[in-house]
Amino acid sequence: MDQNVDITLTVNGQPVTRRVPARTNLVDFVRYELELTGSHVGCEHGVCGACTIRVDGQIVRGCLMLAAQADGAEVETIEGLSEDGSIADLQQAFHERNAVQCGFCTPGMLLTAEELLQKNPTPSREDIREFISGNYCRCPGYQAIVDAIERVANERNA
Amino acid sequence: MKPAPFAYVRAENLAQVFDLLDEHGDDARILAGGQSLMATLNMRLSAPEVLIDINHIDGLSDITNDGTTLRIGALARHSQVLESADVAKMAPLIAQAMPHVAHQAIRNRGTFGGSIAFADPAAELPAVSRAIDAKILLQSRNGTRSVAANDFYLGLFETAMQPDELLVGVEVPGIADGERTAFLELARRSGDYAIVGIGVQGRIDGGTFSDMRLVFLGAGDRPILASAAADVLNGNPHNDETVAAAQAALDADLDPMSDLNGPPEMKMHLARVLTKRALTALAA
Repeated sequence: MDQNVDITLTVNGQPVTRRVPARTNLVDFVRYELELTGSHVGCEHGVCGACTIRVDGQIVRGCLMLAAQADGAEVETIEGLSEDGSIADLQQAFHERNAVQCGFCTPGMLLTAEELLQKNPTPSREDIREFISGNYCRCPGYQAIVDAIERVANERNA
Repeated sequence: MKPAPFAYVRAENLAQVFDLLDEHGDDARILAGGQSLMATLNMRLSAPEVLIDINHIDGLSDITNDGTTLRIGALARHSQVLESADVAKMAPLIAQAMPHVAHQAIRNRGTFGGSIAFADPAAELPAVSRAIDAKILLQSRNGTRSVAANDFYLGLFETAMQPDELLVGVEVPGIADGERTAFLELARRSGDYAIVGIGVQGRIDGGTFSDMRLVFLGAGDRPILASAAADVLNGNPHNDETVAAAQAALDADLDPMSDLNGPPEMKMHLARVLTKRALTALAA
């Protein structure tokens, strides 16, 4: 049987058509095929959250979904969300609160934080911690990240 | 790591799935949410020749409630189940367990049926399915059969599902008036697999336990229904003595394996701690 698959999808609003090996996961597809390297590859088994990508409006693990499964889907990555300005306030808050050190977890953290604020515009600190519990940070720690997300929640509600 | 090469088929209907299962047998794997399968493929713990993607088959993701029975389609996503008012009303134990099922990005993809079919002994939903007397619906070319959750889990990742069958849904009798539920687990990180967890459903009328069902996850080779502990509780008052007797009875119910989290003794200790907490929560 054919181990390659033809896919057509949109990535950050741009139509994309490619023929890919079936085993290619979505995060490797956007990184290596489309050269969108903002989504990171960490553990490759769904634990770390560095590969978080948005598919049809919801965050997913980019390492636990095949590119073949994204045929027909709308995919958004950190590049798209940065470009369209929709998370500019989160990015600014992460910067100012020093919630970024090495930056490896940051794209995944930002996409996760944005989904939280869309689902729950008034999260408690506990809600924030729970929602980002699937995203590992190993540098400045979670305190600053929670602070930054909390600040943006307050600002958006002001 | 990256998966070994495989072919991929996006199935359009059940007949096609059954054809592919006939043709490829053990060399094929069903791809539902993929949140366990993809990890095992990436680590090359599994190397099928064909993946059969069932995500685009119509009619497998509905959650329906006829007032007596709740039916959850196999492809209902965890996030969909978590937010379902019907699930909260008819099967509150599922609703209480659901926030412990992984993290948002995984809940957005992972499926209810996939979790049941995979039968991870440390997962929440297989354990809960035993406490609430769920029926697992298995379909093949020959029709659909229903297997009680209590007969479904046969061993480590082993179920009563046959190679030519697909899990298409789960039916749950609506919770009876007066029944209470509690779900607790201990994990190193919120959303990770439990070290040990417990689900409880039953009655405390006039301070006395009845109809108690206690299930444990992470405490054996499959989800465990703790019948000895339930026998100790039923007909007895909710007090320290009864709770201590139920904790002691767990020796007859549980035989946890050593794993990365710790030795069997630690798991038994944690199971007893959780039992007391869950019974306290149930009475609250």
